[in-house]
This record gives sequence, structure tokens and C-alpha cells, in this order.
Amino acid sequence: MGLLDYFRSSRPKGSASVAKERLQILVAHDRTQRGRPSYLPKLQQEILEVIRKYVEVDMNAVSVKYEQEDSHEVLELNIVLPDTVQGRI
Amino acid sequence: MARIIVITSGKGGVGKTTTSAALAMGLAQRGHRTVVIDFDVGLRNLDLIMGCERRVVYDFVNVINQEANLNQALIRDKRCDNLYVLPASQTRDKDALTKEGVGRVLEELAHGYDFIVCDSPAGIEHGATMAMYYADDAIVVTNPEVSSVRDSDRMLGILSSKSRRAESNEEPIREFLLLTRYDPARVEKGEMLSVDDVQEILSLTLIGVIPESKSVLTASNSGVPVVLDRESDAGKAYSDTVARYLGDEVPHRFLQVEKKGFLKRFFRG
Ligand SMILES: Nc1ncnc2c1ncn2[C@@H]1O[C@H](COP(=O)(O)OP(=O)(O)OP(=O)(O)O)[C@@H](O)[C@H]1O
Ligand SMILES: [Mg+2]
Repeated sequence: MGLLDYFRSSRPKGSASVAKERLQILVAHDRTQRGRPSYLPKLQQEILEVIRKYVEVDMNAVSVKYEQEDSHEVLELNIVLPDTVQGRI
Repeated sequence: MARIIVITSGKGGVGKTTTSAALAMGLAQRGHRTVVIDFDVGLRNLDLIMGCERRVVYDFVNVINQEANLNQALIRDKRCDNLYVLPASQTRDKDALTKEGVGRVLEELAHGYDFIVCDSPAGIEHGATMAMYYADDAIVVTNPEVSSVRDSDRMLGILSSKSRRAESNEEPIREFLLLTRYDPARVEKGEMLSVDDVQEILSLTLIGVIPESKSVLTASNSGVPVVLDRESDAGKAYSDTVARYLGDEVPHRFLQVEKKGFLKRFFRG
């Protein structure tokens, strides 16, 4: 090991490794989004509009999860209603 | 029949136009009839990099709209007989590119040329998708930087789903990684993603690594594709890239910091 390397190794690791870790997470996330049908955002929006005709919910009340498995696709809809409404329905 | 090569990236300013000019010139110099098309409608600058801006009369959009024929619009390079430039329009917007129009022009060119190099605009919208739609090969230009690598990956998704080859279930586009603006000194210090890091994430065939080099600006200042600068590291790296594209096995250069004088070697052990 050279003299310079000695000083070098005592420094914190460079930002490149941080960049790589961030990229791995980003790219993995992007790739799961990729196979999703393009109608999903619109579907989510329209379902939200229908629900809003009856109850007041915020933007995040409807979540759409899409997963691809070997032979079939799974579409999971999750609708969260506010507590106060529950008694009325 | 010509092979259609798109130079694409997603992210802007990473070196697509520099690469398009270098690759087209390199192919032409090796005896292949080559045309390079500027798809960056509205922001044309391939003609500047090629040094033919004062000879532009008609452009790509004129040909698409049948206001001029191909022979009127194509500019023959003064340094290389096999090379032609089809410039972009400066006054239109990218919507002037239609799938049918672009297809018609490429079809006509395919009969007279060996290679058609398409210089894509930045982004993943209409202009960029038009540039890649008909491609046989894609060179994904990437800088060793988070946003550029991420955009390259998104572009790969588009290449494999929205191209003519994907839509007609043909053999997919051949995809290559070209890493540009690479700075081995910073990589060595852990300040920049390395070739291996980027390849691990994108898992593409590496077609070249172009070092960060002052010669690129010098070349663009004078309108000479940098591949013609045989003395420069970037010129040599582009030349190697062209050879690899044509199937030669050429080892990668400029991946390590150049060895300096005695003192530095002494301290490095
Ligand atoms: N290897 C390199 N070394 C140093 N500078 C470079 C290198 N490659 C490109 N550049 C510089 O980066 C800038 C952008 O290059 P270029 O125009 O080729 O990118 P681009 O991807 O075509 O941009 P745009 O997305 O705007 O079309 C230019 O100023 C160019 O000189
Ligand atoms: Mg450009």
C-alpha cells in the first residue's frame, strides 16, 4: 500500500457508493411500475370520483396495487373511508 | 437495406449529438454510406457539430411535409464522401414529426445507405419516441450520474415496449451502453460511479467509454466531429466505439488514471 492510499482509506467512503445504492432502489421501483397497464391512473381517479359522490375522502383514499404473477395479474383496490362516516352507511 | 441506429438517453445534455456526429463520421470513414438525421426539431444543433450549418436549405420537416425532396435536403459532408446530414428544422415543433412521415423518409433512405444514425432529442416524449420507433439498434448514452442512469433505464423500458420491433413482435432492438464524460480520477476517489457500477445496474452490452475531455469542446467550437481528432482521448475512444459497433474486439481504453511521473508512482507504491 502506498503512502497516499494510507491516508485515503481513513477517509469516509465516497459519494459514488451512495449514488449506487440510491440508483438500485430507484431503478427497482421504476421497473415494477413499468409493466403496469396505462389505464391504472385513470381508473384510480374515476373510482375516487365515484366515492366522492357519496363520502368525503381525500386524494389518498383510493390505492391501486397491481401485480403480475406467472399466469395472471392481480389488481388490488384499497379504499379507506373516514371513521365518522362508518356509522351512517 | 440500411441499419437504423438511434442515439438516445432520456436525460438531456449527456452527449447524444456529440456521439451521433462521431459515430456517423466513423462509420462513413470506414467506407459505409451513412446518413445522420437530427430529430431535435426546434433546437437543431447537429449541423453545428458537423460544421455544415451554413449549407442548410431544406430540413427533415420539409421532407416529411413533401415541401422538398430528400436530395434537396441532404447535405454531403465535405470531409467524407460517404456521409450525409439531414438537418432539423429550427422553426417547427416536434409534433411536426409523424410516425408515417418519419417512416416514409427512413424507408426511402434505407435503399441508398448502409447506416442511418438518428440523433434523438432529450426526454421521453414525442420527439424521442419518434427517433427510436424504427430503430434496429440503440446506443444509450449515459453519464455516470444518478439521474442519467435512471433515465437510461426508463428509456430501455420504452425501447422494449414502444418501438416498431416491439409492436410487431420482431426481434427486439439491440441495445448498447455508451458511458460518456467518464472521469477515471474521480472514479478512483470514489466520487463518481464506475463503469462496473453502471453496468451492474443497467446490464447492457458496453460499447464504449468516452472520457471527459477538453477536446470535445474544441471540436464542437470548430464544427469537426471529435472522432476526427486522432490525437485526443475522446477521439480515440469514439473511434474504438465505432470499431466495436462494427464487430471488432477492441479493449477499452481510458478507464484508468494515466500514470503520472516518478513521484506519484513512488507514493502509490
Ligand atoms: N466526453 C465529453 N467530454 C467533455 N464534454 C463533453 C463530452 N461529451 C459531451 N460534452 C459536452 O456536453 C455538452 C452536451 O453535449 P451534446 O450536445 O452532445 O449532448 P446532447 O445529449 O445531444 O444534448 P441535448 O439533450 O441537449 O440534445 C456539450 O457542451 C458537449 O461539448
Ligand atoms: Mg443533442
